[in-house]
Amino acid sequence: MNDTPILDLVIFLPLLGALAIGFIPRERIDTLRYAALGVTIVTFVFSLAILAGFDASDEGFQMGSSVSWIPDWGIGYTTGIDGVSLWMILLTTFLMPLGVLASWSITTRAKPYFIFLLALETGMLGVFSALDMFLFYLFWEVTLVPMYFLIGMWGYGNRIYAAMKFFLFTLVGSLLMLVGIIYLYFAAGGDPTFDYRELLGTPLALETQRLLFLAFFASFAVKVPLVPLHTWLPDAHTEAPTAGSVMLAGVLLKMGAYGLLRFCIPLFPDASRELAPIVIGLSIVGIVYGALVAAMQKDLKRLIAYSSVAHLGFVTLGMFVGSLQGMSGGILQMVSHGLSTGALFMLVGMLYERRHTRLIADYGGLQKTVPVLAGLFLLAALSSLGLPGLNGFVGEFLILLGTFLSHRWWVVPAAFGVILAAVYLLWAYQRVFHGEVTHEENRVLPDVNVRELAMLAPVMALIVLIGVYPKPFLDRINPAAERLVQTFNDSSVQPDSGSLAGGDE
Amino acid sequence: MNEGFVKPEIALGGIAPEIALCITALLILVVHAFAGDRGKNLYLPLMSTAGLVAALALCVMVWGDTELQLARMVALDGFATFIKATLAVFGLLTVWLGRDYLAREGLEESEFYALVLFAVAGMMLMAGSADLMMMFIALETFSLALYVLVGYRRRSLAGQESSMKYFLLGSFSSAFFLLGIALAYGATGTTNLYTGTGEEEIEGIFGFLSTAPSQETGLLVLAVGFLIVGLGFKVAAVPFHTWTPDAYQGAPSPVTGFMAAASKLAGFAALIRLLESAVFQLRWDWRPLVIGIAVLTMVVGSVLAVVQEDLKRMLAYSSIAHAGFVFTGIIAANDRGVSGSLFYLATYGLTVLGAFAIVSVTAGRDERRVRLSDHRGLFYENPLLAGALTLFLLSLAGVPITSGFIGKLVVFGAAVEAGYEWVVVVGVLASAIAAFFYLRVMVVMYMQEPESPRPPLRPGPLAVGVIGLTAVATLVFGLAWSPLIRLAEQATFYF
Repeated sequence: MNDTPILDLVIFLPLLGALAIGFIPRERIDTLRYAALGVTIVTFVFSLAILAGFDASDEGFQMGSSVSWIPDWGIGYTTGIDGVSLWMILLTTFLMPLGVLASWSITTRAKPYFIFLLALETGMLGVFSALDMFLFYLFWEVTLVPMYFLIGMWGYGNRIYAAMKFFLFTLVGSLLMLVGIIYLYFAAGGDPTFDYRELLGTPLALETQRLLFLAFFASFAVKVPLVPLHTWLPDAHTEAPTAGSVMLAGVLLKMGAYGLLRFCIPLFPDASRELAPIVIGLSIVGIVYGALVAAMQKDLKRLIAYSSVAHLGFVTLGMFVGSLQGMSGGILQMVSHGLSTGALFMLVGMLYERRHTRLIADYGGLQKTVPVLAGLFLLAALSSLGLPGLNGFVGEFLILLGTFLSHRWWVVPAAFGVILAAVYLLWAYQRVFHGEVTHEENRVLPDVNVRELAMLAPVMALIVLIGVYPKPFLDRINPAAERLVQTFNDSSVQPDSGSLAGGDE
Repeated sequence: MNEGFVKPEIALGGIAPEIALCITALLILVVHAFAGDRGKNLYLPLMSTAGLVAALALCVMVWGDTELQLARMVALDGFATFIKATLAVFGLLTVWLGRDYLAREGLEESEFYALVLFAVAGMMLMAGSADLMMMFIALETFSLALYVLVGYRRRSLAGQESSMKYFLLGSFSSAFFLLGIALAYGATGTTNLYTGTGEEEIEGIFGFLSTAPSQETGLLVLAVGFLIVGLGFKVAAVPFHTWTPDAYQGAPSPVTGFMAAASKLAGFAALIRLLESAVFQLRWDWRPLVIGIAVLTMVVGSVLAVVQEDLKRMLAYSSIAHAGFVFTGIIAANDRGVSGSLFYLATYGLTVLGAFAIVSVTAGRDERRVRLSDHRGLFYENPLLAGALTLFLLSLAGVPITSGFIGKLVVFGAAVEAGYEWVVVVGVLASAIAAFFYLRVMVVMYMQEPESPRPPLRPGPLAVGVIGLTAVATLVFGLAWSPLIRLAEQATFYF
């Protein structure tokens, strides 16, 4: 336990920043931008202190704090992190300043924009740190609102439809999870508590576990998203402003995967093991289907959106195959995907700012006019498709290895998905950057400026670092992953004692 | 102007707030007749405020007392007191909101305040009735006041139409209610709910059920069914909801808010006292009926709200859906369900009053601009007003950190505890549908540009106050709800 509540500071710093920004006059766009940038950078620096203070050998939850909030119901403000949440938090705080930098072109209604962006950061950080089920649900739902406004107010053409779809899909899932949380709360018996660590030991019959697993799964599977619940994703990612897409792909999708890890597997291990074949099947379908659909896209942003479906399929595949390699690979892949897809969305955002189109057909031969941008795009694409030496490879390799250990034949379609990723990404790269310049407008495009370089350089550095030397990352992931795999594989079917039915008296 | 009011003896504690309100209402009419119009929009609201504050104070004074009074016609218990106090608050907000509204529309003043006070008095009596006849008198008292208030915009055709509809269907429901009373009397030989202690041997319905053999309760079950129908009209439960959208649309916005908050609370007060206390032993008989009503109400209310283009009609359908959510707490038939329903009704009332306060401001003179499309780009015109409406809508949708989320949590929690998970699943799916139309309003306010320049909105100071207070309440009860929940848990029955 830590004396300075650094974790809580990191969670609420963005929200305080958002409140402060509320006092800046709305015409002073530069002040607003720099204030938002400052807040996110300070948050990132503080989150580095979390990394420094994190004890990699401790497999439990650390650096948390616990304050009773509503004692009558056993609700507390309880936070804490393990190796999984650690990287998710750092990913969030790392991507956020880049998101702000990517929002330089937002000049209309900049004030509410940055307020929503910062509020979103607090929500996401809260999701990754909450150890109280009630608190978790609260943060989980609260992230919906700023994202809804970010897509709906600053998005592209079809933004309202996309925002609505995003909100409703997620809401249906999370409301079912709410019923599950309430049920679990009553099933636990004893002193009423929403504390995750105390609920962990709740004995549940397999029947009950199955239903509760599905209730939680509904929420997380929409967020991940698993096919066939993914249809909100291409719309939301495509229509969102660049920073919104970066946050959606980089962090919000990880909330779903994180929820599966944090809640579904440890709380309902028997049901998780029993239903794992379904999850694995859906993941494989997602990998292949996402890749195939991505290859057919005409719109660059939509292409990357569908590639997310495929990549997140790898993440859930790794989590549910029941081997350590798969689990750690899945967790690392969450980070990697956040970086590479975040970078791709930022690059597409730059292209859009220059040409105001996202259609692949409107580009061509850009390597000649914007060579630096082309190089960066290639690096991000290679990272996304899993080139050895870059970050995407490490996670995907571990996942495939883990899958091979337990579900040998499933590796075939999954590996096929890796090949397809190369197809759609390189083909898109070829059509956009190679060949002759076919549109006159493309001859005079400016190359990346200092701000854009500043937002891409850190991502590129990490992409290479994780690819070459993933040990510091895996060291901190492994204790948590081991614990999860152990829970997943341990048989612990309980006698039926958690039933609630029977009503009054 | 409150000198005319004398502190009653404690034996009248059960109806002291009602007495205070009736005296104030009569005084308002008399004083206005003599003092004339000068300064009337100052002293009339002040008098009403004084009367309602006095009623609230009288509720606080009898807090915790439990007694049957007035020949066992009135129950003074935590349940009645909690609801009366809540009603007094709703009344205060309505009066303040009404002042700015009446001034803008140029409507008669004194009658409005007097009618609101009479209506609140009737609703309070409803909460405290320990006898079906008393309940009926209370029902008629506040219904008659509301019929007039709904048609208060005499020059508006919509107002007249809605008043007429509300009156006709309301009378119809009263008839059902009376029939229920008659059947209950036939079955038990009494209209009293509770047996008096230490008096002559008249056992109430509660006592009848504890002694009667189960084959003799058939007629009483039928009676309860009719009573549920009669009260179902008042709380706007499906399939007795058809008056709601029309009445809500035609009524002046402050009155609509008052109906959604207070009238629903009063109707549910009678329903809860009846079902959870008087005929609690019959719960296995009435539960299927109530479950049916709850499921229908949640689903139909939410689905029909989706297609509305008029903000007031949309909120009307949403209020129907919310009645359904309250019913899930009643189905649970446990302590958590009762306190949860009360919490839900209190917080919902505050939120919906705030929402209608905003509607009454944005609608402009003669309430011409109540369509959804009239709210285009409201955020760019008046960000604070749009922000407050967003908060209310999020609360109605049940998004966390608002009181609406906690309300849903408590009633759904109670139903899960009682083993009715499937009703809760229907409930959450209905609220997901409901979220759609709350989002639609936000889309219009934030994501569409204003259609044409419109006169700037000038909310009156009291309207701003009401919106501010309800917005704060919506947030506070969403973050620190346990004080209110504890009060609701103290709202126990005489039995």
